Amino acid sequence: MPPNLPRVSASVALPKPALQQVFDNLRAAGFTLVGPTVRDGTIVLDEIARLDDLPVGWTDEQEPGRYRLKKTREAQYFNYGVGPHAWKQFLHPSCLRLFSVEKSNGSWVFRPPEEPPPRYAFVGVRACDVAAIGILDRVLLGGEFRDPHYARRRENVFALVVNCARVNPTCFCTSMKTGPRATTGFDLALTELPEIFLVAVGSDAGSEMLRDTPWEAATAFDLGRAARAMQDVERQVERQLKTDDLPRLLYDNLEHPHWDEVATRCLSCANCTLVCPTCFCTTVVDTSDLRGTKGERIRLADSCFNRDFSHVFGGNIRPNIRSRYRQWLSHKLASWIDQFGTSGCVGCGRCITWCPVGIEITEEVNALRGKAAK
Amino acid sequence: MSVASPAMEIRNPADPMLPRPAVIQAIRPEAAGIATYSLAFVDPADRDAYHFRPGQFNMLYLPGVGEVAISLSSDPAESQVLGHTVRYAGNVTRAIGRLKVGDMLGVRGPYGSHWPLEDAVGKNLIIVAGGIGLPPLRPVILSILSQRDAFGRVLLLYGARTPADLLYTREFGRWREAGIEVNISVDVADESWRGKVGVVPQLFYFVRMEHQNTLVLTCGPEIMMRFVIYEALARRIPKNAIYISMERNMKCAVGFCGHCQYGPNFICKQGPVFNYAAIEPFFGKEDF
Repeated sequence: MPPNLPRVSASVALPKPALQQVFDNLRAAGFTLVGPTVRDGTIVLDEIARLDDLPVGWTDEQEPGRYRLKKTREAQYFNYGVGPHAWKQFLHPSCLRLFSVEKSNGSWVFRPPEEPPPRYAFVGVRACDVAAIGILDRVLLGGEFRDPHYARRRENVFALVVNCARVNPTCFCTSMKTGPRATTGFDLALTELPEIFLVAVGSDAGSEMLRDTPWEAATAFDLGRAARAMQDVERQVERQLKTDDLPRLLYDNLEHPHWDEVATRCLSCANCTLVCPTCFCTTVVDTSDLRGTKGERIRLADSCFNRDFSHVFGGNIRPNIRSRYRQWLSHKLASWIDQFGTSGCVGCGRCITWCPVGIEITEEVNALRGKAAK
Repeated sequence: MSVASPAMEIRNPADPMLPRPAVIQAIRPEAAGIATYSLAFVDPADRDAYHFRPGQFNMLYLPGVGEVAISLSSDPAESQVLGHTVRYAGNVTRAIGRLKVGDMLGVRGPYGSHWPLEDAVGKNLIIVAGGIGLPPLRPVILSILSQRDAFGRVLLLYGARTPADLLYTREFGRWREAGIEVNISVDVADESWRGKVGVVPQLFYFVRMEHQNTLVLTCGPEIMMRFVIYEALARRIPKNAIYISMERNMKCAVGFCGHCQYGPNFICKQGPVFNYAAIEPFFGKEDF
């Protein structure tokens, strides 16, 4: 490592405008930068190039069933929570060609997609979403079979993580032990202070991207300010999800009348599964040309809230909202643990914000617990 | 590889969602709307690499139409040609019904768990099947035929809606000769029928079987399997001696699509064959 670059695990102070140089370094290294940007009244994840593309001076207000952006007086870069997008849209795309197929000399020839996916640099990943990517890794890479499409996108990702500067009432990362500060899983991790970024270097690749920036070793003053800021943020997390009686609570109450009650509110719209950073379910569609000699198999995002999701010959296994909501919640918080050794929930709160009727996963578990058969 | 890269080592295995071309070698009609397809991989290397165990399934793919999970119904000892007994029920199976000998389709597999044939050695077996539930059990029967002495009493309790819906009837003679006690019923008889009439679990009333050292293997509609379990438990056969084969919607067969979840299980990975004791908390739960 040349002396003009910080060591791995070092913390350095970086003047905020110098983040542009990091962006430029990443792009020069062949990365496609994706990060938060304002569109349609929300902060979405999309391709970015310049610091101006970030939601500078914006913040968000999130509550159950409500999301609003508003301007702030200070020109902070990362003064908002997670928006409706999650990183799964890049790692596990909602529409993906699995293979093309062509009839040649009387036989079918199956061809997987050949063009390499972009090498992504994820900018502004929050701690909860770092955890979510770790969960997707277990689901799609950690078992007997490995999803090669996910693997090809995942293995080259550069993660520029941002520790949360504020908390929304929908956040409950502290309950799920995923945030608000990222302790692992990053190449660089920023903590935004009024005039600088305090940058933790997580890897050689991360250090390399600080080349040609005016970084300086962090002072004890900067480290202290950042630590206090993170403690304040952590204290602001009010929403709680008690997890010590999961998964038992859900397995023992699969026929509880509360599922009927939540079904009177849930619209089965699938918003929660779309915004969830770990929901991975997919379906497939097949296309062909008119002569039937060429075809494609396309994988699409699917949701357990869709009626056809459980279709078998003879009908749908889960024909009503009661059974579909139960499937989603009991998978996310109970059977996920049996399947993958981790909860499927990271406490990001997206499903609460983006539920059109403001159903709160935390409150549904509490309600079930309160009424549960002892 | 940076710190942010996945903790798990990424090997570079073959794409588990990519089918391999296979050709239809024979089509044997079994009943109205049901036929057995004998498939052979086009590539000899695929044929040699392929081995399956009784109860496992393949994904059969028709380009432009779709993919469907179908159990292997042939003898596991002869894996160069793979038998699938298909009922024409949905889009894909109906399209398979329009194929001819020599036509191609895509095959990938085998997937899922298998019947506990090793554990059954030296034991009695009660094989209970309803309708299209017999094909996943046929590899068990064919395996028993080749080593009949390795097992105790073997009972087959099998039923279908009508006599015309019974599968593999031309094989029953050979099965009986080998000492498999074949008991058949139909839900609804016609004038040709001289056998028993009633639902499959009622066949338990007509047979005597020790409860000790006996395994029950069952596949059929869930409601049938529920009553098979009642009958078996009523005869003091323990829960962990009962094996059932489950069905759920399935898109990928490798645990990625999420469709076939059954509580903590994926039908495609932990199933389709389950020990009843392992899934008792979920079995029969309404709309689960």
